[in-house]
Amino acid sequence: MTQPVDTIGREAVAIDMIGVHKWFGEFHVLRDINLRIMRGERAVVCGPSGSGKSTLIRCVNRLEEHQRGRIIVNGTELTANLRHIERVRQDVGMVFQQFNLFPHLTVLENCTLAPMQVRGTSHRHAEEIAMHFLNRVRIPEQANKYPSQLSGGQQQRVAIARALCMNPKIMLFDEPTSALDPEMIKEVLDAMVQLAKDGMTMIVVSHEMGFAREVADQMVFMDGGQIVETNTPKQFFESPQHERTKLFLSQILR
Amino acid sequence: MNGAGRSFVLTAAAPVEAPPPAYGTAISRFAASLFATPMNFALTVLSVGMILLIVPPFLNFMIFDATWHGTSRADCLPNAGACWPFIKAKFGQLVYGFYPIDERWRPNLAFALGAALLTPLLIPSAPFKWLNSILFFGVYPVIAFVLLTGGNLDLRNFLLGRLIDWQALAGFGLALGLRWTFWLDFIVSSAALTLIVLIGAILLGASLRTALVSCVTLFASLGAVLLAVDLDFGLRSVETGAWGGFLVTMVVAVTGIVVSLPLGILLALGRRSTLPVVRFLSIVFIEFWRGVPVITVLFFATYMLPLFLPTGVNFDTLLRALVGVALFSAAYMAEVVRGGLQAIPRGQYEAASALGLGYWRTMSTVILPQALALVVPGIVNNFIGLFKDTTLVLIVAIFDLLGQLRASFSDPNWATPVTLYTGFAFAGIVYFVCCFSMSRYALFVERRVNVAGRR
Ligand SMILES: Nc1ncnc2c1ncn2[C@@H]1O[C@H](COP(=O)(O)OP(=O)(O)O)[C@@H](O)[C@H]1O
Ligand SMILES: [Mg+2]
Repeated sequence: MTQPVDTIGREAVAIDMIGVHKWFGEFHVLRDINLRIMRGERAVVCGPSGSGKSTLIRCVNRLEEHQRGRIIVNGTELTANLRHIERVRQDVGMVFQQFNLFPHLTVLENCTLAPMQVRGTSHRHAEEIAMHFLNRVRIPEQANKYPSQLSGGQQQRVAIARALCMNPKIMLFDEPTSALDPEMIKEVLDAMVQLAKDGMTMIVVSHEMGFAREVADQMVFMDGGQIVETNTPKQFFESPQHERTKLFLSQILR
Repeated sequence: MNGAGRSFVLTAAAPVEAPPPAYGTAISRFAASLFATPMNFALTVLSVGMILLIVPPFLNFMIFDATWHGTSRADCLPNAGACWPFIKAKFGQLVYGFYPIDERWRPNLAFALGAALLTPLLIPSAPFKWLNSILFFGVYPVIAFVLLTGGNLDLRNFLLGRLIDWQALAGFGLALGLRWTFWLDFIVSSAALTLIVLIGAILLGASLRTALVSCVTLFASLGAVLLAVDLDFGLRSVETGAWGGFLVTMVVAVTGIVVSLPLGILLALGRRSTLPVVRFLSIVFIEFWRGVPVITVLFFATYMLPLFLPTGVNFDTLLRALVGVALFSAAYMAEVVRGGLQAIPRGQYEAASALGLGYWRTMSTVILPQALALVVPGIVNNFIGLFKDTTLVLIVAIFDLLGQLRASFSDPNWATPVTLYTGFAFAGIVYFVCCFSMSRYALFVERRVNVAGRR
């Protein structure tokens, strides 16, 4: 992470955040964020509630606008240029805590909407892709149901499939299992582990430490709008450096 | 806590059973509910009393004491009930106003075509919804316009024609009801505007292809519409002053409905726009139209607007009323739609954005289908209100169904004590049938959208 820029090929960098600041009105929500995610790398972001984790990853696909610093995603810098934003959003999939499926569309239609509208994929091809990914998250049999007819875990897996249908290069997960009943967490995490094994670049905001240990290449700990510590999972869990990290870990790993 | 009986382990599962049968039959339960409590008893007696008070006289007037056959007042005078021959004699006038009798096939054709296009649009399972909507919302109004007015408008100037005298330059004349100067003007103006848009697109870094396609589509459709209304189809011109009756009611209502929904949606989106100028203009527009009564609007459009327009510019009276009614109802529609938009959680916008859907696609495929489904009752409520408000065009001397009816009251040949009541009963039935079917259809749509999607 500390290598100078020119020794790594720019090709290999998926997300680069350099000195990023953001304010909500007067409130300084992100302070001097520096984070680099390489292609195929998986970062797990954790930290107390309100520390700015969601805001951080929402800056990556410009659901939130940063006010200072630079964010470069897949070689495209996020500025006010709408075409750049469009390009980045097509390459970056996102999964939300509240699923945010489209309730008026069936599972299949949820998955085919964006490929058909944005990429101009034909109806038939879009359905093939959708069924492929619904198979991958193991709910092909629910394709013609409406989201409200599914359990939380199933809905979240549909949300993952929906994002994958756009063939993203990067996936963002904002606490994907926090709104789920305990017995459904595993099925969603399994889908995410599978995705990680396939080499997807991922940023995951999560407090599922078992999952983090299994897939993370990089742990990011945030507090008060700052990145307090980044480290390999092994280092992070076994010998956290910062006092704040130690305290946080002691609280969540009882 | 662990005393006897506290610890329990399931040994045999309780069987899953069907629910017990409801007590009595539906009818016996209903009958029982009529007299279940003293309050119910009182209400039942009161209701029966009201029904006995209203229904028999009503039926007597409408059916049993009514006159069914006849040719003049003399036939109706002996009977106390409705004078239906009066309606029969005036029926043509009530439906068409003073539309020339031998041209009445034109409104008939327009009605039939409208019904033929609207019916499949209202049946959810009918195929080709897109084509159907384009035909009904895009093509039908033009056909109806040409049929009803006779078309062959004398189009002279498009845009540049106001600046350049094509006549002097090209010296073309008139053929097929078209003025070549106008069409030359149209082509040159559209090309010029397209060019300006393309340059703008380059400067703003927007997609050239999108800009070109939208311009060509826009001008091609505009051109097609203008061509249709400009061509001479050999139809006799019928001034809108001669229109009347149910025809006018339908023209005003359908125009109002067809224009107000899309315009209202745009205004609602504008009011929630992040662009301050768009938002401000939408708010001003909506609040202006909501702040003035529809009668004022009609008065203003008819009697005061001409004072502000340059002399020589004169719009058709009906057209002015139409514009007034349409804009008025659009403002109301906008607020109904905005209510629906507000009910859509932010997560829906975010999910759509995250998938790469742009503003218009997000709105048209994700937000509006949900928002509009939520406000179907409000939308139809507006439609029904609009349908009944059409009677207000009477104020500006346009004779809709009600206006035509009142005009026919003065016919001495039909002067009987019941003429007035018969006429209003008829109008009441017509309005009721129209409004009630809208309301029933709305209920059907509401149930349907509730089944598909949300719980
Ligand atoms: N749209 C917003 N406007 C104002 N404040 C916000 C907004 N979104 C989040 N915040 C505030 O920013 C802080 C960080 O929020 P968030 O990134 O959601 O934290 P986390 O995901 O780590 O819990 C919180 O204090 C939250 O209240
Ligand atoms: Mg959060």
